[in-house]
Amino acid sequence: MGIRSLGKRYRSGESIVCQGAAGNCMYVIQEGQAEVYREENGREIRMAVLKEGDFFGEMSIFDREVRAATVKALGDVRVLTIDKKTFMRRIQKDPSLAFDIVRTMSQRIRQLNCDLAEMRARETEK
Amino acid sequence: MPRPSASIEDRLAVGLSERFDPVALENGSRVGVIGGGPAGSFFSLFLLKMAETIGLDVDIDIYEPRHFVHKGPAGCNHCGGIVSEFLVQLLAAEGFRLPPEVVQRGIDSYMLHMDVGTVRIDTPLQEKRIAAVYRGNGPRDAGPAPTHVVGFDRHLQDLAVSRGAKIRRQLVNQVSWEEDRPHVQCSTGPSEVYDLVAVAAGINSNVLQPIEGLEFGYRIPEAARTFICEFHLGEATIREHLGTSMHLFLLDIPHLECAAIIPKGDFVTLCLLGDKIDDSLVTTFLDAPEVRACFPKAMVPRTVCHCFPRINVKAAVRPFTDRIVLIGDSGVARLYKDGIGSAYRTAKAAARTAVFHGISDEAFAKHYWPTCRQIDVDNSIGRFMFTVSHVIQKTRPTRRALFRMTATEQTRTGNRRHMSSVLWDLFTGSAPYREILLRTFRPAFVARLGWNLVAGNVAPGSLASANGQPTNGDANGH
Ligand SMILES: Cc1cc2nc3c(=O)[nH]c(=O)nc-3n(C[C@H](O)[C@H](O)[C@H](O)COP(=O)(O)OP(=O)(O)OC[C@H]3O[C@@H](n4cnc5c(N)ncnc54)[C@H](O)[C@@H]3O)c2cc1C
Repeated sequence: MGIRSLGKRYRSGESIVCQGAAGNCMYVIQEGQAEVYREENGREIRMAVLKEGDFFGEMSIFDREVRAATVKALGDVRVLTIDKKTFMRRIQKDPSLAFDIVRTMSQRIRQLNCDLAEMRARETEK
Repeated sequence: MPRPSASIEDRLAVGLSERFDPVALENGSRVGVIGGGPAGSFFSLFLLKMAETIGLDVDIDIYEPRHFVHKGPAGCNHCGGIVSEFLVQLLAAEGFRLPPEVVQRGIDSYMLHMDVGTVRIDTPLQEKRIAAVYRGNGPRDAGPAPTHVVGFDRHLQDLAVSRGAKIRRQLVNQVSWEEDRPHVQCSTGPSEVYDLVAVAAGINSNVLQPIEGLEFGYRIPEAARTFICEFHLGEATIREHLGTSMHLFLLDIPHLECAAIIPKGDFVTLCLLGDKIDDSLVTTFLDAPEVRACFPKAMVPRTVCHCFPRINVKAAVRPFTDRIVLIGDSGVARLYKDGIGSAYRTAKAAARTAVFHGISDEAFAKHYWPTCRQIDVDNSIGRFMFTVSHVIQKTRPTRRALFRMTATEQTRTGNRRHMSSVLWDLFTGSAPYREILLRTFRPAFVARLGWNLVAGNVAPGSLASANGQPTNGDANGH
């Protein structure tokens, strides 16, 4: 992870975004992996592992809410920041720019629906 | 037998066309792209990507004689190789990551060198968001090619191929118009008929003359001669002397508009842009103490590769007609900055027009030309800003004020970095020239500049307190 990489380097375990913090950018992993945690009732629940090319923090580009989860470096990781201002200005002229992000978000909603259905099924079995 | 085309309803369903053009791409349409530089590859990539979203199946041939795997000028598209902060972000948002094989160095700052001193301007987030790349496969006398190096143009071409474009390693000699369709002719083989031809052949191409000869109103863009050379310094020396910064020079040398030293891997690229770049200007520049100071022992090493390519400095007239569109440098490019970024914008606008609005003269006039015009109008403002920069280059008190204001701002945190943000966007091409100019009219900017004009010249010794490194002469008030 040297001179030929873009973005900012985070060391293993370092937080890239923190749940509850305000955000005005999104991130794309350039090299390495990151893990997504959500704090619920004082417990840290691991939600996902993200790899090279994955986005995160995109929700705060489209809404004004605080960060919904914490993302930490899983091993050393390089992450590129995309500014909300740059992105939103460009999207006014070129809406297709959002295509990949919308597709990723829709895949995540599909996954959430599956997880929710599984959880409900398990609850009713109990 | 022609396959059924994507219906007009499908296209309307995506909400991007109010009335669809009768001259349109259909399933099985053939698209010829002349030139596989950034504009040609971006166009092919976006056309295929957008066509897929509405279930439109088109065939694309990219004509490009270069493989981008040979060293030296033969394998290269002659450029400084800076992919702007703006473009790096947009590409990342589109899912196109620039891998380490393509990025020869991540750049996180600029060093501005003037006779009154040197000042460092950091990226707003202190992050490497600018990529220094090779357009070919590295300089001529570079020894055996490292296997992990991939040129930017080759990378984009491979992406286009992975989406379904076909490469024809041929030089196009002629584009003609027969029986309502453009024909493309190479030196060997029969001529090929296409439903749409995108000309992405750059500014130095043989094919622009025949296209001008088609008499639909196209005029070749105006171009200026530039200079590029490469030095071999080795990674350790580059780290020590140039770091991860791009080095820019504001020197009082007539006809020189922009001068930059860009570190990449084991090499350093020098680019000189202006309206009359010749051997004597190059010698004057390399002799300047501010330039020599960037190299070990203040000695400029031997060049390993050099060329005098031309750059687009004035937009083409009418870069489109029925079934033909000219993109990138063959059409309109951003003045002196971010030519790859404007290739991306014009290529994408042309692809969007072709897929969602049609391929007639009318469709390109309505949906493609506004993007070109926007760049062209902004270039007029850019030209004015470069005139102002000439005044600064020529008058020492304004250089002192600029140096002092920037250096002082760099010691502060927060948003009050008026001059730094103007210089950053001007050098990186991160914002339109219009937006940068408007920022310089803000009262806070004018007031600070006024104050620094007084402070930097009445008590020039105060430069020493700023974050830059004043030259000895200036620190002493000469
Ligand atoms: C000195 C200099 C420094 C620059 N520095 C930068 C920089 O740092 N960053 C930046 O963003 N921009 C820079 N630019 C501008 C940038 O190089 C161009 O704007 C950009 O390359 C345009 O891309 P393009 O695809 O339109 O044309 P090109 O990159 O010129 O590509 C055209 C392609 O078409 C092919 N071709 C030509 N004729 C034919 C034919 N008849 N048949 C088939 N193929 C053909 C060529 O082989 C070539 O591959 C610089 C320019 C110069 C001159």
